[in-house]
Amino acid sequence: MKSEINLAFQKCRKENRPALLTYTVAGDNTKKRSLEILKSISEYADILELGFAHNAPTADGPQIQNSSYRALKKGIKLKDVFQIVKNYKKSKNAKPCILMGYYQMVYRYGEKKFVKKCKQVGVNGLIIVDLPFPDNKEFSKLCKKNSITFVQLLSPTTSKERMKKIIASSHDMLYYISMLSTTGGKLKVSPKKILKNYNKIKRINKSKNTVIGFGITNKTIASLKKADGLVVGSALCKGISDSLENRQNPVIKLNKMVKSLRNKIK
Amino acid sequence: MKIKKGIPLIDQHDKNGFYAGKFGGNFVAETLKKPIDDLTKLFEKYRKDKNFLKERDDLYENYIGTPTRFIKLQNLSDHLGGAQIYAKMVSDCKGGAHKCYNAITHAMLCKRAKKKYICTDTGAGYNGKMFSMVAKKFGLGCKVFMGARDIERQKPNCDAIKKNGAEIIPVNSGSKTLVDAVSECIRYWVANCDKVHMGIGSLVGPNIFVKICGFSTEQISRELKIQIEEEFGEIPNKLKLINCVGGGSSAYGFWSEFIDYKKNQVELIGVEAGGPSKSKLHAAPLSKNSKIGILHGAAAYCVQNSDGQINKTESISSGLDYPSVSPIHCLLKDAGRARYTYATDEEALQAFKLVTELEEISPSLEPAHAFAEAIKIAPKLDSSNIIVVDSCGDSIKDKDIIKKKLGNYSR
Repeated sequence: MKSEINLAFQKCRKENRPALLTYTVAGDNTKKRSLEILKSISEYADILELGFAHNAPTADGPQIQNSSYRALKKGIKLKDVFQIVKNYKKSKNAKPCILMGYYQMVYRYGEKKFVKKCKQVGVNGLIIVDLPFPDNKEFSKLCKKNSITFVQLLSPTTSKERMKKIIASSHDMLYYISMLSTTGGKLKVSPKKILKNYNKIKRINKSKNTVIGFGITNKTIASLKKADGLVVGSALCKGISDSLENRQNPVIKLNKMVKSLRNKIK
Repeated sequence: MKIKKGIPLIDQHDKNGFYAGKFGGNFVAETLKKPIDDLTKLFEKYRKDKNFLKERDDLYENYIGTPTRFIKLQNLSDHLGGAQIYAKMVSDCKGGAHKCYNAITHAMLCKRAKKKYICTDTGAGYNGKMFSMVAKKFGLGCKVFMGARDIERQKPNCDAIKKNGAEIIPVNSGSKTLVDAVSECIRYWVANCDKVHMGIGSLVGPNIFVKICGFSTEQISRELKIQIEEEFGEIPNKLKLINCVGGGSSAYGFWSEFIDYKKNQVELIGVEAGGPSKSKLHAAPLSKNSKIGILHGAAAYCVQNSDGQINKTESISSGLDYPSVSPIHCLLKDAGRARYTYATDEEALQAFKLVTELEEISPSLEPAHAFAEAIKIAPKLDSSNIIVVDSCGDSIKDKDIIKKKLGNYSR
């Protein structure tokens, strides 16, 4: 049986466009609001990544740090994150949902318990930022057993030899980090170069759905539309920050932003 | 859990960088895997290279000014009327603390990696000061990440860092202390690892940083062993080595030559920051039985809540104000080789007061925690017991805090 994630990519491929993946933080700026945001942006996004906040993140840029900080300040707990996913997956237009975060949170909760809970509430995939290959082998197996896609990351520093091993051990989605940066940095590499690296991955195994993330905004997204999927995270987190600052409704703001992103790649 | 004899503790990890199968490791973003692999290869190549070691030893001897003194604290011993108390004056080092050893190794590796920039974190400011000092000597650009709260409370070291031409990057996230400085430094490295060498300031972080730091601070123990043998003709039968523990770089360096001795001959005592006596906050994951958590790339005992968030810590000493601790000390604790306890802010201050009143030394608030434990146990022991305290930092950086808390500061 094909996973929901795989089906989402397939659908986009048929429509001759990349999948649009969004990233927002669970509980930003409240539990209720973050659920409303997910429901609202599902109108245009294909796969939704949802961050579970940790207070010592080592790879997040300032925008996502701000979002995490807001969520933590309001007391977000893992149990709330699971509840948000559960409620979201019940909504009528629900898309595949990928949880993303740091290993400490999973470790403290208990790997098995965490994955089981993910399955129970309808999580489709997991990205654990700081659990790289080969340390992730066991965890990856555990995910597979529970029909959850464990998404591995590849970066410009990943050697070809290592790339092959990671791809061989990967499930049906891979995440290519566009440049040396924390999340949300300014795109400091040309789209041409990013796509060149992206093609290296596709040449090793073209059947893996490979998305590109980091530094993608409304301005840059169109230049990368040859990819299987594109992730926009920090720009959306900033959208929430901006709307809060201007006393606007972040749900409406994010809906508009995601609509505009989708229009750029349709 | 057993510690192997004859092998440096820092090398007793498995192929994935874990000590005892569960402490340490490399929990890093994919982007950092290659830079860490490259650094590991570089370090393994040079750690046994004769020219590298010769250059390092020359720097230690002529630049840092080793060996540092080993002195008897006769007045303090007489006053307490029990064990004989000695101090290893690591604060004699150029710059005033043990952080120079690690900084030199990192600068030497940075040069050999052909990188022109180096970055590091700092809490008390000594690590930042030493990196800036060594960077200047080696002609490297240097960025020091420091929590905004620590910048306020450790001004003398900040002035020194700036004077050495390094840039201090204030970190305003979280508790604005060392934990946030290390996170920010790692984030900076993620984005700049192609051009910049990172040195973590303690025995923490991904495995290679634990190893480089331990390899560097072992110098303290090598000197101490010779000095103890010179003083007593042998290693005494009842020796106690007391050291403060934040990340644990000086404690490992102080103990490394003595780990293979039986614990009833050489007792290793680590003193963590117990925080203010009236507060529940502390920075003592080992002695207050915190659970294992993953912070800054390594699994170790870590002050955290039930959901996995890192808890706020509190200590009068910036250098010990860290929620986690080295995997090496987790190993030493679980193997029962070292004993860990804590001293409160007040105990550390009182220890500082007593030691400086009686002796011609002036330990910073970090080693003052170790002195507090020495003062606690010395009266209960007879004079055949030898206590050695690592006076690993100089108090000048703490003059404002001490003046505020004790009414005056003089030295």
